[in-house]
Amino acid sequence: MSPHASRVAFRHTLHAEWVKLRSLRSTWCTLACLFAVGLGITSLATSSAGAEHESASAAERAAWDPTNLSLTTYVVAQLIIGVLGILVVTSEYATGLVRTSLAATPRRHRLLAAKVVVATAVALVVGQALMFAAFLLGQSLLAARDVPHAALGDPGVLSAVAGGGLYLAAIALLAIGLGTIMRATAGALATLVGIVFLVPALAGLFPSWLRGLLDFWPTRGAAAVFATVPDPAYPHPWLNLGGMCLGVVAVLAAAFVVFRRRDV
Amino acid sequence: MTMIDVTGLTKRYGPDTVVDDLSFTVEAGQVTGFLGPNGAGKSTTMKVILGLAAPTRGSVTIDGRRYRDLPVPLTEVGALLDAGAVHGGRKAYDHLLALAVANGLPRRRVGEVLARTGLEGVAGKRAGGFSLGMRQRLGIAAALLGDPRVLIFDEPVNGLDPEGIRWIRDFMRSLAREGRAVLVSSHLMSEMAQTADHLVVIGRGRLIADTSTSEFLRRSGEGTVLVRTSEPAGFALRLTASGATVREGTESSLVVSGLTGAEIGELAAYHGIVLSELTPQRPSLEDAFMELTKDSVEYQGVTA
Repeated sequence: MSPHASRVAFRHTLHAEWVKLRSLRSTWCTLACLFAVGLGITSLATSSAGAEHESASAAERAAWDPTNLSLTTYVVAQLIIGVLGILVVTSEYATGLVRTSLAATPRRHRLLAAKVVVATAVALVVGQALMFAAFLLGQSLLAARDVPHAALGDPGVLSAVAGGGLYLAAIALLAIGLGTIMRATAGALATLVGIVFLVPALAGLFPSWLRGLLDFWPTRGAAAVFATVPDPAYPHPWLNLGGMCLGVVAVLAAAFVVFRRRDV
Repeated sequence: MTMIDVTGLTKRYGPDTVVDDLSFTVEAGQVTGFLGPNGAGKSTTMKVILGLAAPTRGSVTIDGRRYRDLPVPLTEVGALLDAGAVHGGRKAYDHLLALAVANGLPRRRVGEVLARTGLEGVAGKRAGGFSLGMRQRLGIAAALLGDPRVLIFDEPVNGLDPEGIRWIRDFMRSLAREGRAVLVSSHLMSEMAQTADHLVVIGRGRLIADTSTSEFLRRSGEGTVLVRTSEPAGFALRLTASGATVREGTESSLVVSGLTGAEIGELAAYHGIVLSELTPQRPSLEDAFMELTKDSVEYQGVTA
């Protein structure tokens, strides 16, 4: 018998999940896509800003938020980072690999926790990197057009940029939860699109008691964190983001429950 | 030594009882063939052994412990349930490395199992491009990573070419010779007769037979002798008079049971009868298996 650990520890499971994530080409493709699309949208959004600012009224100029403008790329970026989170779980179900993984790590909560930790760490790093890159790129493009622009040291800017990175990481976590519950890529992705796009778009149809929930909804209230000019509807954007994070925790909790109980 | 102990195992999916009060053991140092028609509950039983499916009733232990309580699972049990269970985008080496580090096994084990299964040459290739035979080998390599004392294979020869089948068969035998307990499922009786020392036969989730392979072969019939002669009718009478059972075979041959080939030959010589053929026939294992499981096949075809 070969020498080995006398007991499997959480760090072993973490290491294995990291090997799995980094050894897939799809991981790196998704990340490359995230930056290409994310920064592409930032440059599109800011390059048309010169004309907009020119023709803006005084009131519109007062509400001019160059930080928010450069970060609007989150709308699409959240979907791509969501795909990454979904695939961490559903690619194992699609191939049957999940059985092999669970044979190696029969403690199911430990396996899912390792996936959550590894994917969160990656999502935090790339989410922050994307938001900072988008901000810097966007501001330099605005500066080139002689439109009012922001610097990282300006009031509220760092909070918006770093908060944006956290927002993206939270969406990745939500995606892992959805992937675990749905067990299929298509179903999980459709649900994610429904949450971040359809529900906000159809918000007007909801009864008033449900609309309170939208204050903490992705792309709605929780996205107030991206602004530096305070929105009167959301005076404390971090509370809205915190509310969304609580919702993500609830989805993850459900994911842990079903992952333990189901046969695979 | 008992390595796997299945006790009173019952598994229901909704109203369907897939495994019904099943008990058997798998011993070290031998290949145990797990036989049954498709849908008999073999794969489900294996999933319960590995903790992938929860039993409705009953229990399974590996060397006295539940699978999920094994401190380092891959060093105790290696399993190949489905050769396709590999992410096609991952290289063979990385697939094995992820499993090895998950159990704190040294990195060199990956190279060792790749060598033992003859996959060194494709270690850096993505598993998506592997043939079925190569995927089976990769699955076996994964099962061997922790140098386990118990190995579980679900239908390992399904879809393989003759060379692959022979390789897997020899491999199972060598694993058992090393003292490991090997549980291998199949729906092919003839395959198991050549590989297994012990047979556990199930049908519709129930135990039908739990016996050594040699005992199973002995009980499944003593065999017949095919006899061809120019005067079959007369010789048939003499054979019957000597206590044999005779029925007509194809092309005016006789199928004789109850006498050995030598006895039939002596009888013919004594009566001066010329035999043109005298062929002892092995009992058909598939026949014996079909006979055993005919009441428990899920969907029976109608013979035209």
